[in-house]
Amino acid sequence: MSGRSVFRRRQRVFRWVTLAVLLAFFLLPLLGMLDYTTQGPGGEGRTAQTWRTLADVSTVSVEYPALKEGFLASVGLAVITPLAMLVLLVPTMTWVRLRLPGLSRTVEFVCLLPLTVPAIVLVVGLTPVYAWVYYLFGASTLWLSLAYVVLVLPYAYRSLDAGLRAIDVRTLSEAARSLGAGWLTVMWRVVLPNLRTAVLSASFLSVALVLGEFTIASLFSKKNLQVAMYELGKSDAQISVAVGLAALVFGFVVLFAMSFVGTRPAGTGRLARRRRPRKENPA
Amino acid sequence: MVPFFAYTTVFLIVPTAVVVIGAFLDADNRFTLGNLEALTEPSVVRGLTQSVILSAVTSLVGALVGGVLAYAVSTAREGSVTRRFFTSLCGVLAQFGGVALAFAFIASFSAQGLLSVLLGRVGLGTGSGLWLYEWDRGLVLVYLYFQIPLMLIVFLPAVEGLRPQWREATETLGGTTWTYWRRVAGPILMPSFVGAALLLFTNAFSAYSTAKALVSQANPLLPLQIGSSLSSEVILGQENAGKAMALEMVLVVAVVMVLYAWLDRRAGRWMR
Repeated sequence: MSGRSVFRRRQRVFRWVTLAVLLAFFLLPLLGMLDYTTQGPGGEGRTAQTWRTLADVSTVSVEYPALKEGFLASVGLAVITPLAMLVLLVPTMTWVRLRLPGLSRTVEFVCLLPLTVPAIVLVVGLTPVYAWVYYLFGASTLWLSLAYVVLVLPYAYRSLDAGLRAIDVRTLSEAARSLGAGWLTVMWRVVLPNLRTAVLSASFLSVALVLGEFTIASLFSKKNLQVAMYELGKSDAQISVAVGLAALVFGFVVLFAMSFVGTRPAGTGRLARRRRPRKENPA
Repeated sequence: MVPFFAYTTVFLIVPTAVVVIGAFLDADNRFTLGNLEALTEPSVVRGLTQSVILSAVTSLVGALVGGVLAYAVSTAREGSVTRRFFTSLCGVLAQFGGVALAFAFIASFSAQGLLSVLLGRVGLGTGSGLWLYEWDRGLVLVYLYFQIPLMLIVFLPAVEGLRPQWREATETLGGTTWTYWRRVAGPILMPSFVGAALLLFTNAFSAYSTAKALVSQANPLLPLQIGSSLSSEVILGQENAGKAMALEMVLVVAVVMVLYAWLDRRAGRWMR
């Protein structure tokens, strides 16, 4: 018995030492950002001027039009991309499960392919495709979401796949059909509500990826939040560092809050795979 | 079904094909192996080697440190604030990063930056701060800053899969903690560990934004070279050299991913 308690104590000490050291490693650069943004002119004294400017929406939009433009574009992209991803993936994956199980390997392959094609390579290949997109639809920044959907495919696929595995789509849809529901009703009122957690985590991953995306936007000379931040970093470093810190903190708060929503994010497929058998054999 | 395949064809298959086929076409769309010659140029070879070294070092160190971190986090109670805090923090740092991470380091190591001042006070002068922009010093540090969190996220499920019963069984049979790690947990975790390290490698290898935001002078890494081949005027007759470099990247990543897929299947055995 005492052996166990010694072990427990040692494990606790190990845990806290490790966590403290790494937390310091993670937090120091972030504190460095905070410190930098509050430095007075010439590195003397403290001032909250940068943050006051940033908090004042009207000043930002007048003095930093690029920042406002990039921010709005990123928000727009962060709305469109998850929606497009869901419209594209949820019906397809459901349909494959119900009617075309033979295609499931193909769909999986296509969805995971972007993992092997780095964003920078995708840019090279997308250049001619985007020449057509711009020619046909005009050169709006929002068209970037077409490429972003491809970037989020692997992550979204994994989390939706985990969600679909956890429910019996076939029985559910047959039950709905036999009660007279059309396919649209089945999707909207039966499949989607049952996939709530998976849909939520897939969308969140997409939002995070879109808000952090730099490569494609910058090489296509489009201004999203990251590109605006990058360009601003050359002229007014304090403001752009402040924006960077605000974005990181915002991301953390959202993720932290998300981790309390539902039982647990259905994010990683492997995690879900591991957890399922326990439910099946409660012994 | 049709929308899905139409969409992925246009925005995924076609671009991939453009790269693969374009790598073998000259300016007049005739077949050529000339673009591949661009790959043998010293600067490109250096870019590839430096990219591979940077990715290998940061994925190895990141996997080791991140693995220890993942184990430490897994000993916290499931659903505890500690655990949620670390997974959320790591999620942000691993996915969100890019430009903001580069800024964090530039700000911390600037002349009056927090870390330069702190390190200077304990007698570890950071010098001119120029080392931060070098691929084999500063970039390693900054890359680790997103590699370690990624390791936590990828590796945590595997560590969580270790059952307490296995340790108890080892102890019942007279094994020590060392025996447990050497003979039980180690071999079980090994495939997941190597797999995660490979994932970290591809992650670092394809990273563009962090390096771009830090390095503005030369192009020490392959992704940066591809980027500049797109945005600058290219030497005549080498319009498709960028595609050849892109193909080279895809090949490296593809080899690593195939290894990863194989290991992942092996790792899955103990997760069932």
